[in-house]
This record gives sequence, C-alpha cells and structure tokens, in this order.
Amino acid sequence: MLIDWFTVGAQVLNFLILVWLMKRFLYQPILHAIDEREKRIAAELGDADTKRAQAENERNEFQKKNAAFEKQRAELLNQATLDAKIEGQRLLDEARKAADSLSAKRQESLRNEGHHLNQTLRRRTQQEVFAIARQTLSDLANTSLEDRLCEVFIRRLSEMDAKTKPVLAEAFKTAIEPALVRSAFELSADQRSLIQNALNETFSADPAAQLRTGIQIRFETAPELISGIELATVTGQKLAWSIADYLLSLEKSLDELLKDQDKPLAKVMPELEVNSP
Amino acid sequence: MRLSPDQIIYWQHGFVTLNATIVFTWGLMLVLVIGSKLITLKLSTDLQRSRWQNFLEIIVTGIEKQIEEVGLKEPRTYLGFLGTLFLFIAMASLCTVIPGFEPPTGSLSTTVALALCVLVAVPFFGILNQGLGGYLKSYVQPTFIMLPFNIISEISRTLALAVRLFGNMMSGSMIIGILLSITPFIFPIVMTLLGLLTGMVQAYIFSILAAVYIAAATRTRKPSHKTLNNNPT
Repeated sequence: MLIDWFTVGAQVLNFLILVWLMKRFLYQPILHAIDEREKRIAAELGDADTKRAQAENERNEFQKKNAAFEKQRAELLNQATLDAKIEGQRLLDEARKAADSLSAKRQESLRNEGHHLNQTLRRRTQQEVFAIARQTLSDLANTSLEDRLCEVFIRRLSEMDAKTKPVLAEAFKTAIEPALVRSAFELSADQRSLIQNALNETFSADPAAQLRTGIQIRFETAPELISGIELATVTGQKLAWSIADYLLSLEKSLDELLKDQDKPLAKVMPELEVNSP
Repeated sequence: MRLSPDQIIYWQHGFVTLNATIVFTWGLMLVLVIGSKLITLKLSTDLQRSRWQNFLEIIVTGIEKQIEEVGLKEPRTYLGFLGTLFLFIAMASLCTVIPGFEPPTGSLSTTVALALCVLVAVPFFGILNQGLGGYLKSYVQPTFIMLPFNIISEISRTLALAVRLFGNMMSGSMIIGILLSITPFIFPIVMTLLGLLTGMVQAYIFSILAAVYIAAATRTRKPSHKTLNNNPT
C-alpha cells in the first residue's frame, strides 16, 4: 500500500504548521514591508505633488509680480520720458520766446534809436536848409528885387485862373474895409500905384467891378514874408506870392515825405494846397 | 523497487513511524522557515533594500498576483495557504538536484495529505465567504439532481490532485533511477533538468488548481452575504 495514513496525518500537520510558520515569518513581514514602502512612496509622492503645486503657485505669483513690475516700470519710464520731452519742449519754447522778445525789443530800440537819429538829423538839416535859404534870400533882397517881386505879383494877378478870379471879385465887392496888401519891404509910391492899377485893371474886366471907381486897398509891411507880396481880403480870401510861402510849402511837403518814410504802411496824406480859394 | 520515500523508515514504534518523507519534509520546513527568517530579519521599508528581500518580494507579490488573476478578490486571505502549497512543492522539486534527497512530494501520502488540505480548504473558504447555507446551496446548483455529481467531482478532483502530483514526482525520480542504470553519465542530467521543470510546473498546477477550486467555491456567493475576512495574511 502506497498510502501510509500515519504519514498522511503527519504531513497534514506538518503542512498546517508550515502554513502558519510561513505566514508568521515570510508573508506578513514581506507584505508589511511592501505596504510600508508603498505608503511611504505615496506619502512622498503626495508631498512632492504638494510641493510642486506650491512651487508652481509661487512661480506663477512671482511671474505675475514680475510682469506687473515690468509693466509698471515701463509705464513709469514712458511717463517720465514724455514728461521730460514736454518739459524740454516747454523750456525750449520759453527760451525761444524770451529770445524772440529780447531780439524784438532790441530791434525795436535800435529802430527807434535810428529813427530818432534820423528824425533829428532831418529836422536839423531841414531847419538849417531853410534857415540858409531864408538868410540868403533876405540878404539878397533889395529894391530891384522888390521891383521884380512887384512885377511877378502883378503878372500873377493878371494870370489868375478863372476859378479864383470871381471869388476874389466877389470879396472885393462885398468888402466894407479896404483889402490889405502886405509886403516884406515898404512899397514905393510907384509900386503901390502899379499894384492899384493892376488890381483895377484885373477886376475892372469884371462887370461887377466896373461899377466902382477902384478897389480900396491899404499897404502894410510884414518882414516875415521874406520876399513877396500878399493880398488879403477882409473875408479871408488871400492872393500871395512870397518866398516864405514857397519855403513853407516845401517844408510841409518834406515833412510829409519823412512821415511817409517812417510809416510806409500809413496812407499818404493828401497834399494840401498852399493857397486856399 | 522503491516507489515512495515512505518505505525508508528510520525509526518505528508501533503505529508511529519516522520515515524519509516526514524527515525530508521537516528539512524543507526548516530551510523555508529559517531562510525566510534570515531574510526578513533586516527588512527595509526604504526604497533601498537587499537583493534577497527583492527576491522574496518578487515571489510573494507574484503569488499574490496569480491568485488575483484566478479570480479571488482578496488574495491576501488565501496567500498563506496557496503560497505555502506552491513554495513547498516547488522547494521539494528544486531540492531534487541535491544528491540523496528524496522529494516528500514523491510520496503518495504527502500528496494525499496536501489534496486533503485542499479538500478541506475549499469548503472552509467557501463557508467563510458566503456562509454555511450559501456554500451548501452551491452543491445543488443548478438543480438538486446535481448534488451527487458535485460531491463526486469534489472527491475525484482531490484524488486527481494527489495522484497527478505523486505520479509526476515519482516518475521523475523513477526515470532518473532507471536511466542511471542504463546510461549512467549524461542522460540522467538532462532528465534531472527536465524533472526540475516538471516539478516547477506541477507546483504551479497544484496551487493554481487549488486556487481555482477555492475561487469556484467562493464565486457563487450572494451580494447580501459579503462577509469577507479582512485578516491580512
């Protein structure tokens, strides 16, 4: 018989003991070690995950902060650059304005100075010229000149234009007082009669004057006329020929010319007539 | 012709006999237990560990995985029983390379004892999982007529387990013995290698079949009887 039942029982017992022993000495410790290790690995992985997440968070935060900082810096820099540019422009403008105004002032003062000098020079020149002219003419004036003056006056009377003549004739007609004839020198009796005759002739041509015997006149000496004769009616009409008139007229026109040069844009004043009608 | 190490008797006192089977079984037990003890003395729970610990871990987790693949949900419950079965048979086969060693699994008494253990373990785990009623009900599934067939299958498969292991182990030793007398030099070595392979395969088959039987006994449990034994083994 191949089966020994005692051996079978012994082997069953042996096997059960072996099972217990193996559990005790092999499976439990080994499985425990494996479990411990797995737990440990899991814990470490979890820890690593946590740390990684934390690191990630921190990195993100840092990046965010960094980006914000960069942005802020760039903004500040831009702002500063802009401000500096504006400030620089403003300073430049101010400086330019100041320089402009200074230069304008300087130009103005230069011009004024020049102008004044010019003015003074001109005035002085003018005065000198006229003074010389007056002096020369008064030095030259004598009896023969007076005769010439008288002749010229008489010629002018006769050459009087058609417009002036009736006006003067009307004045003589309505005059109560005699007309005034002024001259630089005392006129001689010949000269006076010549003038009287000339007046009579001139205005006797007029039908209104024919009614009268003659034109009433009186004579007066006026040295300021320099050289010349002037006929003035009571109503204000005046017929004159004198060097002083010429000089006055010349002076006036010179003054106007100077004024025009000073103010080129100003309108040219209309020339005044020396003789009023 | 000696067919079993049972026939080598060292000591006998009436009914009690101390034969080679028992002695070599003790030897194997000693080797297994002392080896485990030595290796697990300095177990490390760190990532760094000894090669022997790695070796044992591979074996233990390998067995665990195999049990799980058979279909048992809580492999650690069965690890003690099935793992020891495998390790004992595999160790017995492995030790055949030692001259003068008689594998205890080459004795029909041993294989019968192991088969009887499986025969008891199947209802034990079955009842543990689904209760006595639930387990007994599996005998009359799908119909009451199947009860005798179920019982016959239970006995026959136990017998098959015992005889299969015994036949293989015995034949291995036998063939080597016969070949030694015919071609004493090279051929027995080849046959020894073949015997090693056969022994490993048998150890695997024995424990896998035991696992399958237990799985079959625990699989038909009802959802309301989820009384699992959570003892870590």
